[in-house]
Amino acid sequence: MSEAIRSTAAATPPHPIQEFWDYFSENKGAVLGLLVIVLITLVAVFADFVAPHPPNEQYRDAFLRPPFWQDGGSLLYPLGTDAVGRDMLSRIVHGARYSLTIGAIVVTLSLAVGVVLGLFAAVFRGVVGGVVGDVVEFLIMRAMDIMLALPSLLLAIVVVAILGPSLVNAMFAIAIVYLPHFVRLTRAAAVSELSKDYVTASRVAGAGLPRLMMVTVLPNCMAPLIVQATLAFSSAILDAAALGFLGLGAQPPTPEWGTLLAEAREFILRAWWVVTFPGLAILITVLAFNLMGDGLRDALDPKLKR
Amino acid sequence: MVIPTFIGITCVAFALIRLIPGDPIELMVGERGIDPERHAMLLRQFGFDRPIWEQYIGFLANLLQGDLGNSIVTKQPVLSEFMTLFPATIELSASAMIFAVALGLPAGIIAGVRRGSTFDHSVMTISLAGYSMPIFWWGLLLIILFSGTLGWTPVSGRISVVLYIEPVTGFMLIDSLLSEEPGAFRSTLRHLILPTVVLGTIPLAVIARQTRSAMLEVLGEDYIRTAHAKGLAPVRIIGLHALRNALIPVVTIIGLQTGLLLAGAILTETIFSWPGIGKWLVDSISRRDYPSVQGGVLLVACVVIGVNLLVDLTYGLINPRIRHRGGS
Repeated sequence: MSEAIRSTAAATPPHPIQEFWDYFSENKGAVLGLLVIVLITLVAVFADFVAPHPPNEQYRDAFLRPPFWQDGGSLLYPLGTDAVGRDMLSRIVHGARYSLTIGAIVVTLSLAVGVVLGLFAAVFRGVVGGVVGDVVEFLIMRAMDIMLALPSLLLAIVVVAILGPSLVNAMFAIAIVYLPHFVRLTRAAAVSELSKDYVTASRVAGAGLPRLMMVTVLPNCMAPLIVQATLAFSSAILDAAALGFLGLGAQPPTPEWGTLLAEAREFILRAWWVVTFPGLAILITVLAFNLMGDGLRDALDPKLKR
Repeated sequence: MVIPTFIGITCVAFALIRLIPGDPIELMVGERGIDPERHAMLLRQFGFDRPIWEQYIGFLANLLQGDLGNSIVTKQPVLSEFMTLFPATIELSASAMIFAVALGLPAGIIAGVRRGSTFDHSVMTISLAGYSMPIFWWGLLLIILFSGTLGWTPVSGRISVVLYIEPVTGFMLIDSLLSEEPGAFRSTLRHLILPTVVLGTIPLAVIARQTRSAMLEVLGEDYIRTAHAKGLAPVRIIGLHALRNALIPVVTIIGLQTGLLLAGAILTETIFSWPGIGKWLVDSISRRDYPSVQGGVLLVACVVIGVNLLVDLTYGLINPRIRHRGGS
């Protein structure tokens, strides 16, 4: 008996991060996704050193040059040039900056506001209670339902239509569009946490509302939020590119990937490379984030843990 | 749930036109400008000087009579413009959905039944790629390959420009059949193929993934083992016992995807110059034709809400348990 107790005490549980990594690294796709994301981030940070040319420099002797392995191409412009003689590779490399920044800003905005609204909805229902609690919860959650009733891209287009087309407004629009997902996830997780004993203990100990929300409950709701944030990151990149493509996002000559595709549209039948490479960049980045998101979900979902 | 959402949507649509910088009269006259006296008169005439809640009530009243205002550009009623273009979007969305279900459902079922096989792995890989696909790029790639290099399909539009088909139903496939114009139906089909594939790609990926995971879940249930033990043919077990239960989450996904299809249609129609709602909305925004944007958003949202309602009702048909619970 006493021996059994001693042996349980001796087997220290692995550090949470170690445990997480063990689960995460089991999924090869997720690790591959992570590697690609790290690589793209490095390329974006060091774009000025990686790109062979400045992104907006026009070489007037090299309009629509094909990539280097085709006739007429040269290693000077490895992925060819566009219709006004700008190096495609350099524009795509610099475009990585925009896409990653868009993803980061959108997710941060959406997550921050969504978490606060979701916690409010849960706490007002569970802790404050009464008519006020019900009304606050009702207002927040119904507003989110309405936003979910509109297809995301359409809602983003509406917001951009109000604010006017630009990269900043597009980011703002996409952040608004993703808000309901974060609010609902936070609320659902927080509601189930609020009924647990440790929260009651904290309230009995005299914790105020802000402390209860941010310090006691929130850290225990993080797992689904992290997964959703990763998936929202990839969707944000896709939607921003779509808005750019429709002329409602970043404006030329910004080398944002969607905008590059929009500029390239009229040359698709003459110069396949101006269309193919920016899209490939979007696909690879989005794929990497989705792969990592799947892996995170498997690693963080307590239901799947043995 | 439908009614509060609908009221919320009308608020959004109502706010849309009033949140735009400049007042609606300035929008209507455009860059020509207007003298202040006439400006005030027009404001009064259209009721923009009344309190905001009165304006909203008026907006709702008009809405219930089917009056969504007139387009600034064409001066036509927004509703009739929408109705002329809507069949094109339905035709495209429906064929995209048929494409997605026809390929995605069997692929998901086979992948679920043969878990871990090469087929399973390829379906999962392809569907992950499809799910991550920027469809506007995918469309351009298909144009390069099939229209540019191979010359098999046309680049844009619903039918060859040399053909004129009298619009009867607005659905080109039906109209071209009715018209008895030689080659019209063929031309319509050829125009429809690429947009269908492009719009159907993401739903296809999602449906395949969801069908597979629903199948996996159901195949692990006790009653499947019982069915096997009773000696039923595997085809019967999968087709009858498993599929019927696995379909419930899949129908949800199909319903959700239908809403997303309308968003995807915005991109697909822009790429292929498909004269539907999506292209019209984008064009209206770039022409600053806000009544059209307002009406279009409202109508699209109504369609999405309607589809979701329909999906909820379909549950009862495939899952009698839900029907009984609702009845008691």
